[in-house]
Amino acid sequence: MAHLALALGFVLILMGLYGALTNRDILRMIVAFTIADTGVNVVLVAVGYMPGRTAPILDAAVPLAEAGARIIDPVPQALVLTAIVIGLGVTALMLAYAYRLFRARGSLDISDFTELKW
Amino acid sequence: MTLTLAMALILALASLAAAGVALATRSRATAVLAAGLLSLFASVLFVLLAAPDVAMTEAAIGSGLTTFLFFFVMGRIRREGRK
Amino acid sequence: MTRNVLIAGLLVLLGVAFWTLTMGYAPDAELNRTAAYYAQNVGREIGAPNVVTAIIITWRGLDTLGEVTVLFLTSSIVALVLAQSKAPKGASGSGFLPSGELLTTGTRMLIPLIALLGAYVLANGHLTPGGGFQGGAILASGVLLALLADPGRRFGHALIARIESVAGLAYVGLGLLGMLIAGGFLDNKVLPLGQFGAMLSAGIIPIISVLIGLKVGSEFASILSSLEETEDA
Repeated sequence: MAHLALALGFVLILMGLYGALTNRDILRMIVAFTIADTGVNVVLVAVGYMPGRTAPILDAAVPLAEAGARIIDPVPQALVLTAIVIGLGVTALMLAYAYRLFRARGSLDISDFTELKW
Repeated sequence: MTLTLAMALILALASLAAAGVALATRSRATAVLAAGLLSLFASVLFVLLAAPDVAMTEAAIGSGLTTFLFFFVMGRIRREGRK
Repeated sequence: MTRNVLIAGLLVLLGVAFWTLTMGYAPDAELNRTAAYYAQNVGREIGAPNVVTAIIITWRGLDTLGEVTVLFLTSSIVALVLAQSKAPKGASGSGFLPSGELLTTGTRMLIPLIALLGAYVLANGHLTPGGGFQGGAILASGVLLALLADPGRRFGHALIARIESVAGLAYVGLGLLGMLIAGGFLDNKVLPLGQFGAMLSAGIIPIISVLIGLKVGSEFASILSSLEETEDA
């Protein structure tokens, strides 16, 4: 199961990278970045999974005394929580920039913005 | 093959199909919706991977707020382009 | 042509690296030392049943403070970048059709429920899956629903900014208080730990959850309303 999720995450990263590198339309590049971001989160959570154990919430099913023996690694989940929220922040920023670029030039094709090329 | 493994396999295939649609389609709106669908599938996969906190966060933020952000900006751009 | 070859080469290289990683991966049988320490001491030191919340608010609370700062930066930059496109009051949203009866009535019925769900997830963050970020995202989606139903409406930017600043200030203030009264910055024992599994337990974790939720919710709402208020030229 962990291998399946790991492979899925890696394939999503590759697909997102491919989309970001080959698309000309700025909005589709941002969508590809979102896909790659989701892939990274899936990889991180898959690394923390241990077969036969359960979620790191201690309640009637997993009493406090057996915590060390029954829960999976909680640290990757804490990292992924932060990563998801910051991914949204970066997407919002990219969209704001895309909007300003559109206002400045009237097109969303990235080959129209050539000031920085040699 | 246990039930959870079968469900994870189906989810993985559906996620790959959604990502393929998001990258290959011609219309922008379909791409954004397919990315939102991918986030939703990833959220269910997180539940299967025993991470309920992450699943809730991904469902609320990845599938809800990101899709809406995209549609806001696309609506603005379309209205300005029409002017 | 070379560009396509380069892209294909890069993707193949990354694919080979990922393949090697996947094939050589084997899940652990026992928790590693950090996770074992967290699992064994969550009852004694923190008193919160949700181990992930205990990690992100107390043991690694500085990372959460940094993340909240990054979100604050993001919302400020979005407001700054879109400031010159701001529509005059009441002029934007003129291109929208008026919302139907179903949408306005449904919104009026749903927003209190959404706020209640957000508050519940916030307050019970240390007992069940949930916490500050999830509750804040739910509250922000309530604001989003209001924006969708009534696009010409303007939100009080001053109110959102004030909530955000007060929540951030209180968060850092509680952390400094931890330095004065209890073990260190953002330590948990400013308030007593209480009974394991009760609602008002686990020290200051519920209070910090509420503060994080308010700050994150108001930052998302501010980003959404900055995007909404761009000029309908």
